[in-house]
Amino acid sequence: MGRYVIRRLLQMIPVFFGATLLIFLMVNVMGDPIAGLCGDRQCDPATAAQLEKEFGLDKPVWQQYLTYMGNVFTGDFGTAFNGQEVTELMASAFPVTIRLTLVAIFFEIVIGISLGVLTGLKRGRPIDTTVLLLTLVVISIPTFVTGLLLQLLLGVKWGWIKPAVSSDAPLNELIVPGLVLASVSLAYVTRLTRTSIAENKRADYVRTAVAKGLPRHRVITRHLLRNSLIPVVTFIGTDIGALMGGAIVTERIFNIHGVGYQLYQGILRQNTQTVVGFVTVLVLVFLVANLLVDLLYAVLDPRIRYA
Amino acid sequence: MRGATHAKWAALATAVALAATACGGGDDSGGGGADGIVSSSWGDPQNPLEPANTNEVQGGKVLSMIFRGLKQYDPKTGEAKDMLAEKIDTTDSTNFTITVKDGWTFSNGEAVTAKSFVDAWNYGAHLKNNQKNAYFFGQIEGYDQVHPEKGEPTAETMSGLKVTGPQTFTVKLTQKFSTWPITLGYAAFAPLPKAFFDDHAAWLSKPVGNGPYTVDSYTKGSEMALKRWDDYPGADKAQNGGITLKVYTDNNTAYTDLTAGNLDLVDDIPAAQLKNVSADLGDRYINVPAGIIQTLSFPFYDPAWNKPGQEKLRQGLSMAIDREQITNTIFQKTRTPAVDWTSPVLGEEGGFKDICGDFCKYDAAEAKKLVAEGGGIPGGTMKISYNADTGSHKEWVDAVCNSINRALGNDKACVGNPVGTFADYRNQVTSQKLTGPFRAGWQMDYPLIQNFLQPLYYTNASSNDGKWTDPEFDKLVNQANAETDIAKAVGLFQQAEEVLRDDMGAIPLWYQNGSAGYSDRVTNVTLNPFSVPVYDQIKVN
Repeated sequence: MGRYVIRRLLQMIPVFFGATLLIFLMVNVMGDPIAGLCGDRQCDPATAAQLEKEFGLDKPVWQQYLTYMGNVFTGDFGTAFNGQEVTELMASAFPVTIRLTLVAIFFEIVIGISLGVLTGLKRGRPIDTTVLLLTLVVISIPTFVTGLLLQLLLGVKWGWIKPAVSSDAPLNELIVPGLVLASVSLAYVTRLTRTSIAENKRADYVRTAVAKGLPRHRVITRHLLRNSLIPVVTFIGTDIGALMGGAIVTERIFNIHGVGYQLYQGILRQNTQTVVGFVTVLVLVFLVANLLVDLLYAVLDPRIRYA
Repeated sequence: MRGATHAKWAALATAVALAATACGGGDDSGGGGADGIVSSSWGDPQNPLEPANTNEVQGGKVLSMIFRGLKQYDPKTGEAKDMLAEKIDTTDSTNFTITVKDGWTFSNGEAVTAKSFVDAWNYGAHLKNNQKNAYFFGQIEGYDQVHPEKGEPTAETMSGLKVTGPQTFTVKLTQKFSTWPITLGYAAFAPLPKAFFDDHAAWLSKPVGNGPYTVDSYTKGSEMALKRWDDYPGADKAQNGGITLKVYTDNNTAYTDLTAGNLDLVDDIPAAQLKNVSADLGDRYINVPAGIIQTLSFPFYDPAWNKPGQEKLRQGLSMAIDREQITNTIFQKTRTPAVDWTSPVLGEEGGFKDICGDFCKYDAAEAKKLVAEGGGIPGGTMKISYNADTGSHKEWVDAVCNSINRALGNDKACVGNPVGTFADYRNQVTSQKLTGPFRAGWQMDYPLIQNFLQPLYYTNASSNDGKWTDPEFDKLVNQANAETDIAKAVGLFQQAEEVLRDDMGAIPLWYQNGSAGYSDRVTNVTLNPFSVPVYDQIKVN
């Protein structure tokens, strides 16, 4: 197990460097970021040159990348164009997005898995068909439509929630945005669980468990569910990163000042430091989440061992 | 671990349920009446908040609340009135003696003196401070030394600025510029307190100025709370208790918040909502002209677009654009078809006049004829470049192209050419990579006809992106700047504008309006000619 973890950690290094280098190149290919800083008029050349020097944009890209990575390892993610440290931006954005992601994951687990178990056990019954239809609807409607619709109905028409999340983004204001963010994944979790449960229901060990006279709920939670959760855990694990990075749409609709918003601003203003910094952290989140998923396999299914 | 799962889920569920029930408690902001707080939509300022470093509307809003300069533009007429200036004297339009009124202080108690201005301007002009509006000080003698085009600065201060007394200072310009005092209402010319220079970082996190409001708290990227400054010495005291500026990720969300009653003021109605705005807000919707014009510029640096006789092509293209229809259908009348290269907010005295004439009226037959006489569109197809990320430019560029194609009877005459981001677009514009017409916009810095013409069309001027040039135009602008009689100066600028028209150096499209909406909790909401709300006049019911 220990060696497996170390091997996985070592594998993360090239992925990490590759991903950050790619982002760095992509942002740089887009052209001179200083050009957009002065609005609809040209920066005077002296100021532009001075700004380029300050942000290190006058050096070749490979040198910029090396300097940048060197700084990152000392915890310095550079300065955004508005004079704020990128770490400062992260400190304000990540907690909000993490909270939003947790709400979304919570809904995925609670609603997704419960519905999945329910439909998996009652395959072919009306409840199964209804839930399948519902998930189909959720999957086929884009997030921004669900988001705007809920915002309009719950926020403006009925006044149950505030349409915009305040700057502190407390947990209660994140319930609806979290549900919107989770919606599509939630539908997938439901379907994955359903299929997995339905498959395993006929497995030998379930029949054995039932034959032993174990209570029904114990058969379901300990034997059936635990063995059916592996694909679901894989999905939810990889979804953590996707949710954090993909919250741009939800965050925009509900006025959440999280990672998505900062990334969007960074891309619009072509702010290399912000974009690369945030993506770097997101890449790390992805890698760690994937590692955790792999480790969880062994917990769920002792037959899976790591050499 | 296994046993814990149930408990954990239950705990999480309880936490969420508890949080959900707690959401009923409202956070009603402030009281009503004179102490009421107004909440307003805001965008994250692009640059650090310093007077000489703020070149976009969002940062400008804050500066308009916390600073007062030598001049102040009348929120209705745009006329430059003395604010902190006791008097500004000149005999030759080059040397100015400025007397600063006594009795003004910054909100930290420090007196506003002549030095407050001179220090601020020297800071704004100096190259090492990276101030994006540094060129505003370009007319002052000695600017070249503190802000050379190449190399290191050779002086710390500008030689043209001298403090001659506690409340007086003199300014020497490098050339005659009779209307220069009118430019002094621009935020870049604001005075700065000692605290700005002593502890710059602290000042940036909580700016101190001399305007009717003080910054109460500032959370970068999300919210700024401004409070009325009770000891404000000016006549334009704030009529409300304060303004809370809230950063929105999207102006659609701000609008939704306004209609849900959570926000008092939105000063940028999203294009998608213009259809509903009358139904949603009724007479609480403001749509007034602002000092903003949109034009189509041409790449005069490209030989294909700079041939003799091509002015007819450009004039023809201008006549092929049905401005009336596009402003009505796409912009829901939030733009006014242009009839010159300035803006209606200048007024007739300020130089606004129908100079474009027939060239700005839709006439398909004439357009087709002129385009043919001008040698046709270079290469047969022209691409209108624009940035696709902000400002909904795609809609109108496509409409302009449709209009041109229809008028010329040629489906291939014009197509839109979207560029991903604004930064990339500006990069392509300034590095002269565009080979066809491109969108251009100009928001005035101060209400002067000079500001609409010189920076944009004077040879090698700072914003002359198309590199249009005409010696006659330059000569007339120089004459106008030297003319001490304002009415005569305006006349000369209009003559210059006629030169611009005859060569059609850029096609004027339309003037942009400021569009805002407010809740029924507030009254007396107006927009100034810069399309910024006049915050200090807003009253809370």
